[in-house]
Amino acid sequence: MALVLDILSWLLLSAGGFFVLSGGIGALRMPNFYTRMHAASLTDSAGSILILLGIILQAGWSLPTIKLAAILVFLLLTGPTATYALANAALLSGMRPEAAVRNNVAGDAPE
Amino acid sequence: MYLIVSLAILVTMALALIRAVKGPSVYDRVLAVNMFGTKTALLLAVVAFLYGRPDFLDLALAYALINFVGVLAVLEFFQKRSARRTGEASNGPGA
Repeated sequence: MALVLDILSWLLLSAGGFFVLSGGIGALRMPNFYTRMHAASLTDSAGSILILLGIILQAGWSLPTIKLAAILVFLLLTGPTATYALANAALLSGMRPEAAVRNNVAGDAPE
Repeated sequence: MYLIVSLAILVTMALALIRAVKGPSVYDRVLAVNMFGTKTALLLAVVAFLYGRPDFLDLALAYALINFVGVLAVLEFFQKRSARRTGEASNGPGA
């Protein structure tokens, strides 16, 4: 049973590390602000969930598990909110997504 | 295993720092700093188990909350500043 838990938590941790790393590379290499935001939000959601679940499986039933669950809940609440506020502020400041500029989906005419 | 994950998180933080230095617009920098803060909380949680010191989890919790409030405050500041600039520009040239 302990071996199964170990293997499962290792799988979760390595998957989380892969997602975090690919999100970081995407945030550096993507061509445009909104695609970069897409890559960065990948590390916020999938990376945090996988890594914290992997650590929770290692911690077992104890006080650190409750703290880790609290960290997970806060990250899941605040990450999408911060990403939404960032996209809203960028859109209000006049930065248009490229497809919307090309097809004029966003309403007003591009400058 | 913890060591590999913490190394992956550290590399990602370095990439986020490069984006924060390079970023063409202000919002790219805010995005990179937000990502850096989230990864700080994750790294603290992993390091707490790497070194067997669960006290670090409280620090990770505090970092997650402070990072969120900080990003929202910076965004509010830049929104107000850009609104003030467009207001000045519409009042007349050279204002």
